[in-house]
Amino acid sequence: MNQILEVRDLRVAYGGRDGGVWHALNGVSFGVGAGEILGVLGESGSGKSTLAATLLRLLPANGRIAGGQILLEAADVVQMDAERLRSVRGRRVSIVFQEPSLALHPTIRIGEQVGEVLHAHGTLSKRERGERARGILAKVFSGDIERIFSSYPHELSGGQQQRALIAQAIACEPVVVVADEPTASLDPTTQREILTLFQTLRDQFGIAFIFITHNPALLAGFADRVLVLYAGKVAEVGPTHAVLSSPQHPYTQALLKCVPQVAAGEALRHKALLPVIGGSAPSLAILSRGCVFEPRCEERMEMCQTQEPAAAMLGNRHEVSCLKFPA
Amino acid sequence: MEPVIRVENLVKRHAGRGFGRRAPGFTAVDSVSFSILPGTTLALVGESGSGKSSLALCLACLERVTAGQIWFEGRDLAALEEKELRAVRPKLQLVFQDPANSLNPRWTVGKIVAEPLLVQARIAKRERDARAAQVLERVGLSAEYLERRPQELSGGQRQRVAIARALILEPKLLILDEVLSALDCSIQAQIANLLVELQRTYGLAYLFVTHDLRMAAHLADEIAVMSRGKIVEQGAAEKILRHARCEETKSLLGAASLAPEAIAAVRER
Amino acid sequence: MTRFLVRRLAHAAFLLLGVSLLAFLFSTLAPGNYFDEMRLNPQISAERLSALRAEYQVDRPMVVRYARWASALLHGDLGFSFAYNTPVAPLLWTRARNTLLLTGTATVLVWILALPLGVWSAERLGRPADVALSWATAVLLIIPDLTLALGLLVLAVRSEWLPTGGMVSVGFDGFSAAHKIRDVALHMVLPVTVLVAAALPVLLRHVRAAVAEALEVPFLRAAEGHGISRRRLLYRYALAAAAHPLIALFGFSLGTLLSGSLLVEVVMSWPGLGPFLLEAILARDLYVVIGGVLLSTLFLVTGNFVADLLLYWADPRIRSEAAGR
Repeated sequence: MNQILEVRDLRVAYGGRDGGVWHALNGVSFGVGAGEILGVLGESGSGKSTLAATLLRLLPANGRIAGGQILLEAADVVQMDAERLRSVRGRRVSIVFQEPSLALHPTIRIGEQVGEVLHAHGTLSKRERGERARGILAKVFSGDIERIFSSYPHELSGGQQQRALIAQAIACEPVVVVADEPTASLDPTTQREILTLFQTLRDQFGIAFIFITHNPALLAGFADRVLVLYAGKVAEVGPTHAVLSSPQHPYTQALLKCVPQVAAGEALRHKALLPVIGGSAPSLAILSRGCVFEPRCEERMEMCQTQEPAAAMLGNRHEVSCLKFPA
Repeated sequence: MEPVIRVENLVKRHAGRGFGRRAPGFTAVDSVSFSILPGTTLALVGESGSGKSSLALCLACLERVTAGQIWFEGRDLAALEEKELRAVRPKLQLVFQDPANSLNPRWTVGKIVAEPLLVQARIAKRERDARAAQVLERVGLSAEYLERRPQELSGGQRQRVAIARALILEPKLLILDEVLSALDCSIQAQIANLLVELQRTYGLAYLFVTHDLRMAAHLADEIAVMSRGKIVEQGAAEKILRHARCEETKSLLGAASLAPEAIAAVRER
Repeated sequence: MTRFLVRRLAHAAFLLLGVSLLAFLFSTLAPGNYFDEMRLNPQISAERLSALRAEYQVDRPMVVRYARWASALLHGDLGFSFAYNTPVAPLLWTRARNTLLLTGTATVLVWILALPLGVWSAERLGRPADVALSWATAVLLIIPDLTLALGLLVLAVRSEWLPTGGMVSVGFDGFSAAHKIRDVALHMVLPVTVLVAAALPVLLRHVRAAVAEALEVPFLRAAEGHGISRRRLLYRYALAAAAHPLIALFGFSLGTLLSGSLLVEVVMSWPGLGPFLLEAILARDLYVVIGGVLLSTLFLVTGNFVADLLLYWADPRIRSEAAGR
């Protein structure tokens, strides 16, 4: 499969005000094929939002890329100059943020906001932009396109606002769209609708998606592959079914056990205590020597404290970074 | 057994705004009835706009009810005056969804947790602090958290503080309005466990408002599904899950991946 | 939309009415009137005095006087000046025009300077360039207008580059049109400079704060993610988001067009409304004072009204709220 995006050993750190350093990403590597939906599963502190921002180099002032490469169609985003970067954003790779009501400009109409993206990357006349924008909105909305076109963000529901953001993201037909928890603030039914929309866009236009979330339930039946992120490192990555049904990394196993299971044909074991992951998320101020999950791992071995696990291939493009599996 | 709380034909109508016909009023809660037995959990499930949050606010007496009765400890809360309500409030506490917004960022945890005591009873400061430390321990936070501020805490820790604050007056019923939704998966599990333990130890009744049917199924004895202000389906959790009848319920089940094709994860041993 | 307009107009009218009443009340209640001053003048006989008093009806009850005045007002008649012995309205108007020339120019200049500077420093918030500018504006803010005005006057006197006060040079009426314009413009330089220097620091800080806040907003980052150019982000997005407080300020600027330049006019002998009103107050020239106050209030109220209109036009959320959606 041809990879349209390849991330190699990406390292990102933030500088604190008191001079401290926060290591958000510590050597993340993965690839995304054309038209593939990659789910990135991570909790708070895993570095998932940093990853999303870094892919488009949208880090805040105190963040910097400390190493690695982001190869977008063979060009390294990390090395791009400002002008090239600006032309790539929104045109080859786009991002959809979490809170749609905050990500849309409050006093510009939706149609015009989509037009803004077109304007940034092309030389169409205003009228042409309007027509093109309507076409793009039609890909994402059903029903009265004209009304959406001339609406302001506050006149739309949460789900509609998110669709508007997605319309902006696909306006210039990028090859990959990064979605950072795009459904977190939405209702479950609306969430499903947005997921279906992503799949439709992928099927019809071949756009790849990187879908970042902390909720594993969303990825089943939706993502092609799942990448599990923990403390700035890739714990496990592989086909969805493999990672979610037979996870190999102790963290993934523990994480999935936290979700209450309701299996068919069994009585509800309700109010049984859910297994929790002991300890707490590691401090990112220190770069640990051995495996970063070791303090909380139930299957830890002696060498886990001193040796850092490398990615081991388990066949079928399923990789694990755990010392249980020699590289 | 006598229910802790019994709601009968509750109606909450929001009046229209402006002179005349500018914004028509609408009915948030449309004649809802249910009851909760002590030591059990009723999950109120629905999409946003279904009226579940309005209902929670009405029960917590933070909004005036338009019609109907709320029977609690032998009195109708809907008919009480503010002064009389004050005596009842300690027994009926509300925990919100977003701990970032419901905890005063300028106060220490100790002060936040002891605040209800300030309002309700005249207790000396030392006694207040002692009780605060006690209740914090119950929710799994050591005494060192007394001096911390909300900004220094993680989402899960903040939610524990919010629960501690609700517990300090020794209520009989806790209304939990989407308390897990903003948390990570593994933290949700921790807080869910905490809630289960507290219920077992203190015989608390819970009204668990959520749109997450999966967690509702896990925590609740009974589930009531709300849609557009009405309860469309209600019954034992098992029954709702396996034999849902309403469209609304089925759609929520589908959204929570509780259909048979869902994740079949590692079983608990 | 019309309901909104009608409501705002009603507010404005109500306000004007109230102010007129208060102005009338306070002016007539203030001890002394024009004719008391005259009594001290031995050249005016007692009969002449009482005749004048009857003519001006100063001895009628207050209510009556107010009623007569109010009805005259509605006809555009602002009363009669005791001191100048002419109707008030034309007097006020000439003076007001002079003031507006000054303050109008100053306001335009201040905004033209403050907007780009504010955006520029908001972009570089906290960095050396911004800090330097902040210091400069702070210094400007601290210097009292009076000191500045006097200082500039001294400079003008010493260097003889610019005229030192007044609005026109001697022999103005004989000048050609072009020369007239140049003459007035030269006379305007000093007072306008003082006015701009006085208003710029405050406005600049407000613009800077509003834009800095707008730059923190999530939708700006989202727009950046779409590849929108920096320039467009600043002006089309950030400034638009900062518009709300700025429009309110603009309305306020409009409102103080008549009243903000009193000090400067007095010091620089500019024949504007300020010195004129001051004179009238000291001379107890009742109707001039009331007329002046009313005119100022009219501007203030209109300024607010214009600001409301601009906000309504600029922010669709206000439109929705007004429509009750």
